Amino acid sequence: MIDWFEALATHYNYWITIALMMAGLYIVVARSNMIKTLVGLGIFQTSVYLLYLSPGKILGGTPPIMAEGIETYSNPLPHVLILTAIVVGVATLALGLAIVVRIHEAYGTIEEDEITTVVDREDFSDPEPEPEPESDPEDSAA
Amino acid sequence: MILDVILRVAAKLFIPFILMFGLYVQLHGDFGPGGGFQAGVIIAAAVILYAIIFGKDAATRAVPEWAVRVMIPMGVLIYAGVGVWSMLMQGEYLNYNVLLHAGEKIGTYDAVHGQHWGVFLVEIGVLVTVTGTMLGIFYMFAGRGRPDD
Amino acid sequence: MVLLTLLAAITVGIIRTRNLFAVVVLSGAYSFLMASVMIVLDAVDVAMTEASVGAGISTVLVLGALYLTKIHEAPPRYSAVLPMVVTAGFGAVLIYGTWDLPPFGTAVQPVNEHVGALYLERNMAEMDIPNAVTSVLASYRGFDTLGEVTVIFTAGIGVMLLLKRWRTS
Repeated sequence: MIDWFEALATHYNYWITIALMMAGLYIVVARSNMIKTLVGLGIFQTSVYLLYLSPGKILGGTPPIMAEGIETYSNPLPHVLILTAIVVGVATLALGLAIVVRIHEAYGTIEEDEITTVVDREDFSDPEPEPEPESDPEDSAA
Repeated sequence: MILDVILRVAAKLFIPFILMFGLYVQLHGDFGPGGGFQAGVIIAAAVILYAIIFGKDAATRAVPEWAVRVMIPMGVLIYAGVGVWSMLMQGEYLNYNVLLHAGEKIGTYDAVHGQHWGVFLVEIGVLVTVTGTMLGIFYMFAGRGRPDD
Repeated sequence: MVLLTLLAAITVGIIRTRNLFAVVVLSGAYSFLMASVMIVLDAVDVAMTEASVGAGISTVLVLGALYLTKIHEAPPRYSAVLPMVVTAGFGAVLIYGTWDLPPFGTAVQPVNEHVGALYLERNMAEMDIPNAVTSVLASYRGFDTLGEVTVIFTAGIGVMLLLKRWRTS
């Protein structure tokens, strides 16, 4: 019993990380609304940040800013990698949202299952069936 | 509308402080948490707040679109330019030790001060690109408009 | 621990909610909780970035996209059993994998020993910048940061290409 409790206390970070990762994966796989998929992808990414930051923390250490009289600092290397990852994540989110907006203007919907039925019905021998709906909103709103 | 007045007055009080805080975060990146990315996002957030409350046209008069278009590549150029500067001083690309001369003798370098200058310029490059991109993306989303508007 | 459990609870809320506006607000709260967790994990730079980027810019961008598209998510058409089985299976395998990881917070694991400790030792002598994260980000790993700035630049240009309305008047 004490063994299980100790395992829980030392590994709780990793288990919550895995739970968040699986929640993000579930949103991406099971939901068909594209904006919700992007939010789920964001949750997946933040769980990976937790996965990197948890081993870098040293109990009894301080943030890695040098000061007088402090001996142990937490490892700065994962912090750097995660900083890059956060900003790249928001860049991906911005591009994904721009594509979703264009898809909405072209097809009128952002649910994947509705769009796949529309695409399946079209004759694939015609390579350019869609530019007409795209140019109309721009002409009327310009 | 009373609510409109409250929002406008509160925003006018807040925005200078947000900008000042962004500058503080940028310049104190060496001594505490901070640096280019955080400061860029904070400054962009101040202008976005102005745009949300006062309208996109007022924000475009304050920070015009051509300025945002220039800011985005300028940061990358500053960053890459620091690397070229160290190559001109006969070092490797982005080696900050060779940026400054020590004394009058050519061939010796002041490593610590070179590092300080290198980090400072690089963080400014990051700030300019991040601010430009976040603001530019917001302008694009806000200026699109629905087809039935 | 409490913070982490709250994170998991908010995630369940995000999965179940179908009004996308509520999803955006919940994801902003999620980012804020994540920033608090990061502060507890001694990652102050990362916490500031996550709070400003995740709870600030992300929320604004998704709200902007929601204005241009729809707010409600349609009810799911396919049954959710297969995705749940797949994710539960994945999760079980990963939890089995974490059994051998070193306990939380030890200083002698391989990730904290080699390069990380080296950066901490050489930081003040070589460049006299107290913030180790800034010195690693800008100087020791400067090439990675150059790549990151290029990625942000590319995203900005991409969004401008996709969403710009050229006035034809």
